[in-house]
Amino acid sequence: MGEEYRLTLAGLQALLDALGARGYHILGPRLRDEAIIYDEVTKLADLPAGWTDRQEAGQYRMERRADNALFGYALGPQAWRRFLQPPRHTLWRARRADPAADDFDILPADTAPPKFAFLGVRACELHAISIQDRILRDNAYADASYTARRAEAFFIAVNCGMAGGTCFCASMGTGPTAQTGYDLALTELLDATRHEFLIRAGSARGAALLAILPHTPANEADRAQEAAILADTAQHMGRTLETNGLKERLQANLEDPHWDEIATRCLSCGNCTMVCPTCFCTTLEDHTNLAGTEAVREQRWDSCFTLDFSYIHGDSVRAGIAARYRHWLTHKLANWVDQFGEMGCVGCGRCLTWCPAAIDITAEAAAIGRATHDQEDQHGNA
Amino acid sequence: MAAHKPRLAVFKFASCDGCQLSLLDCEDEFLALAGAVEIAYFPEASSTMAKGPYDLALVEGSITTAHDAQRILKIRRQSKRLITIGACATAGGIQALRNFADAQEMLASVYASPHYISTLAKSTPIALHVPVDFELPGCPVNKAELLEVLSAFLIGRKPVIGAHSVCMDCKARGTPCVLVQGTPCLGPVTHAGCGAICPAYRRGCYGCFGPMEQPNTASLATVWAKTGATKRDIHRAFRGITAAAPAFAKEGDAHDG
Repeated sequence: MGEEYRLTLAGLQALLDALGARGYHILGPRLRDEAIIYDEVTKLADLPAGWTDRQEAGQYRMERRADNALFGYALGPQAWRRFLQPPRHTLWRARRADPAADDFDILPADTAPPKFAFLGVRACELHAISIQDRILRDNAYADASYTARRAEAFFIAVNCGMAGGTCFCASMGTGPTAQTGYDLALTELLDATRHEFLIRAGSARGAALLAILPHTPANEADRAQEAAILADTAQHMGRTLETNGLKERLQANLEDPHWDEIATRCLSCGNCTMVCPTCFCTTLEDHTNLAGTEAVREQRWDSCFTLDFSYIHGDSVRAGIAARYRHWLTHKLANWVDQFGEMGCVGCGRCLTWCPAAIDITAEAAAIGRATHDQEDQHGNA
Repeated sequence: MAAHKPRLAVFKFASCDGCQLSLLDCEDEFLALAGAVEIAYFPEASSTMAKGPYDLALVEGSITTAHDAQRILKIRRQSKRLITIGACATAGGIQALRNFADAQEMLASVYASPHYISTLAKSTPIALHVPVDFELPGCPVNKAELLEVLSAFLIGRKPVIGAHSVCMDCKARGTPCVLVQGTPCLGPVTHAGCGAICPAYRRGCYGCFGPMEQPNTASLATVWAKTGATKRDIHRAFRGITAAAPAFAKEGDAHDG
């Protein structure tokens, strides 16, 4: 981590102005639809000052804070993924003059990638982006659109001043403090005497931008205040997930009857996969026009909770909800490790909060294999 | 390639005409359609009503009379491909509410001289009467989806029409979940296709597009109850535009009385 400095509210506005002047499209937290969503931000007044979120499994409510914190909420419903890997985008188009012709011209669709600056990126989200990097960028079959958007993006992390009711990043080792992957990182320092930020650079371009902002060196008291805030956040996680032995336990209990019990509650609506910051699955759609002279290939978000997702030659491999939920959970917490060398979960808690049926991944993961373990315990005690 | 343009016919059964209007509402694309097919039979759009056979038939509306039940058999025989469009044609429509009541009693309460009315006891989807090549749900159908289905059939490919939940479209659109925020919504059990309109305006989904693939309606009813919805609320939610679709009919029954 770089040297810490103090940044005033005017300094934060200067940061937004500097990014704007450099052609960045700044996206940050805003209050809309009774939620914190990510949208265009150009001035401090755009930020959700004084608002916080109350989250539980299947519940999300906005509430007023006693202070005017700009980042005084845990986490909104949308992951940054929607900007790096849009829900739907065109890969290419094809055109032929005559519907009877065999030959056609391929036309590229995407123009230059947008230049995004993301403001208010949480530690868990930075970690999620690094997971997606491994899948969508750093492998033999890189996604060109993601790679281009990712390369341009500027990340301003904000360390978490509070944990939400469904947060469990402390269990996953992904937060609440941003360790890496940011250009600039902020911690909001707010009490009766001041409203400032601790700021540090995490990259050369972050340092270059910080250099032109009005800032003063941080002192020991600032650092102590930050440490106290982040320690408090880490201690107040709404959820915990025991990851010790989890992969092995999940993989050894694929026929646990608890999967079927979950399926009585699971709506198979796909919400968990749509809000998850590490989910990356897409499908391709080919459309043609009425005249048969134009075709377009689009990529759109897909979900392992649809029947089409596992449709192979005449039927769906995962025909029931239990099989689909099991596939999702075991992929996130177990098979992802075999595939990519880490878990596909960062503990952001979105899948809990935004599951209408309030299905809690931490509780379900803890329950799988429990009956077997209890039996073994009994045998052991006998 | 065929020497002649494919012949298109549009037929109406018990319905409000809204789905046919979606076709007329296509405007610019309607000209393209007129260029790609011969509109042989489409009374709503043209007084020219050419006889069959037809390459492609779009059927709107449900079967509610003995006469309709005969007419659809004839249409099927004349049509190479038959596509049903809308909630009436695919699920029986709002008029299928009669399926859960005494139709004769309803007639008596509405019409001064009910004996003039000749109707069946139930409103049923087209697919219960004849084989259907493709069902496009919606009340009304989404015109972009209708064009997708037509384009697909004209070129001989599978239409790209997902059977997933409205939720996936809400998320793609960036709409926070109104159900999680406390508003009862049928989105998690409803077939996508409308573009997730209602939640984008902070309203719960009304289920106009009918059941999605494998809808877990029982779980959703439990979720609704937790938001404070009464048994009657849940019953009425499933007794809507697609009340007679089997999954919704069953869940509505479970919360009856």
